[in-house]
Amino acid sequence: MNSLVVKLLVQRISLGLLLIFLVSILIFVGTQILPGDVAQSILGQTATPESLANLREELGLNVPAYQRYFSWLGGVLQGDLGTSLTNGRDIATSIGERLGNTLFLAAWAAVISVPLAITLGLISVLYRGRWPDKLISAVTLSAISIPEFMMSYILMYFVAVKLGWAPSVAMLNSSMGFWDKLHAITLPVAVLVFVVLAHMMRMTRAALLNVMQSAYIETAELKGIPRLQVIWRHAFPNSIAPIVNVVMLNLAYLVVGVVVVEVVFVYPGMGQYLVDHVAKRDVPVVQACGLIFAAVYILLNMFADIVSILANPRLRHPK
Amino acid sequence: MRRVPFPALIGLFITTLFLLCAIFAQWVAPYSVSEIVGDVWEPASAEHLLGTDNIGRDLLSRLIWGGQTTIFVAIAATVVSFVTGSVLGLFAAVIGGWIDQLLSRFVDLIMAIPTLIFALVVLSVMPVTLPVLILVMGLLDSTRVFRLSRAVASDIEVMDYVEAARLRGEGRTWIIFREILPNALSPLVAEAGMRFIFMVLFVSTLSFLGLGVQPPAADWGGIVKENKDGIVYGIPAALLPAIAIAALAISVNLVADWVLDRTSSLKGGRNG
Repeated sequence: MNSLVVKLLVQRISLGLLLIFLVSILIFVGTQILPGDVAQSILGQTATPESLANLREELGLNVPAYQRYFSWLGGVLQGDLGTSLTNGRDIATSIGERLGNTLFLAAWAAVISVPLAITLGLISVLYRGRWPDKLISAVTLSAISIPEFMMSYILMYFVAVKLGWAPSVAMLNSSMGFWDKLHAITLPVAVLVFVVLAHMMRMTRAALLNVMQSAYIETAELKGIPRLQVIWRHAFPNSIAPIVNVVMLNLAYLVVGVVVVEVVFVYPGMGQYLVDHVAKRDVPVVQACGLIFAAVYILLNMFADIVSILANPRLRHPK
Repeated sequence: MRRVPFPALIGLFITTLFLLCAIFAQWVAPYSVSEIVGDVWEPASAEHLLGTDNIGRDLLSRLIWGGQTTIFVAIAATVVSFVTGSVLGLFAAVIGGWIDQLLSRFVDLIMAIPTLIFALVVLSVMPVTLPVLILVMGLLDSTRVFRLSRAVASDIEVMDYVEAARLRGEGRTWIIFREILPNALSPLVAEAGMRFIFMVLFVSTLSFLGLGVQPPAADWGGIVKENKDGIVYGIPAALLPAIAIAALAISVNLVADWVLDRTSSLKGGRNG
């Protein structure tokens, strides 16, 4: 570790934290920009003046927006996310259970898709321009062109209903053992794997091909090293930084893809919680979930940058 | 004019077909959008080519009408996104200085939040109507167009002919619209294709979540939502919009690839 790397890392981390802070402002402002106010839009046009006044009092709408923002932010920093408007329950407790479920789902999708994407990327570079490459890119192109929820129903229809290999909904409860849980989330994991795999594999392929054009690869080829070994020993180590970057970006994408997939498979996670409460116009819950999703997304992007700083030999050994 | 390659030709053909169906839905669709014409989830027959939906409406007609809504919303949002994004992006590149910094950093900030999450946050307090939907989708997406057009314009801005125009004493507006825009158009047009597809997927996702196009209007995401319960009984009605979306997405992709390919070979390759 030299001072240049440390300086870059400190810069990147403080940028990430600053971004999270600014995003919290943006999310707060995003729920304030509307004709009328939150109370009006929750209760609708037919609300009586008394109930409006009550709700405004309850939401603290009578104090200026910046004061509300700071009391909200102060609460968030202490782990107090407020209470839900629709059922009066503590948001932090509800999110606590669901966040674990969401991470369980996303983690399995990541564990399966990352090695698979890298292997497929290697294969398609190895057979560049021949049928395995073309087949892989045709399949991934169609995977990108279908939204997650449709992919989910296609799998649900064929795998769960027609073949009966996996349950069609992914409900979890506390009495289920580890393997039962795993069986329950087969299909959602498959959908997530399929969706991120396509992006990840295409970007891995592009990163490898980029390195393959270097002079040292040509030298290795001219020395007569077998093609697989050229890729594995010479191209792959040099494309680790872009590949890790790709993986992180896709994990960040996974966090968002989870929202839709959870709704489809009735999975008790954060995404379903968020979507339910958007429909009910439960603003505190939406703010809390939005902030958490955005924070995870920003942190993953930050880790991607940190890895590429650390993996760059030019920065580690400056002249 | 060189010969249009075969994949692009197929792409053009299918895209045109979709557009024609969307424009002339009134005449193409065999039944009206909300008319109940049969039993629940009837299988395909001569009267109902694709069968009926969850309350007995003709599925083919719903798909055609739904295509009209989906494609209309997607096109409108793409236009919003393009006009905002490219005008701001070109101005930022030409003006430079603190205005450029301010706009670019603001765009970075917006892009730090996943689009779907931000859209959900905003839609939780907004009335969900078509104009609101189009504006929210278009403005959120204009960040991507802004980045692209700013990058392209900064490349062009340093060209000799722009310098010549400056020395001639042309105004900023002339330089942006008469010197830079025509030369930045081809990558922007290819990008428009991709943005349009993204909008189709986006509006379908929102409608599927119940936060997009509201019933009784039909759209592809909504059709999936209405018919999803049939899946468990082995009724594939909800899968039909998926086929429509995938076909449209792939064919627009093929056309966009061709446009990009053609323009990059004309210019000696932008991407190496």
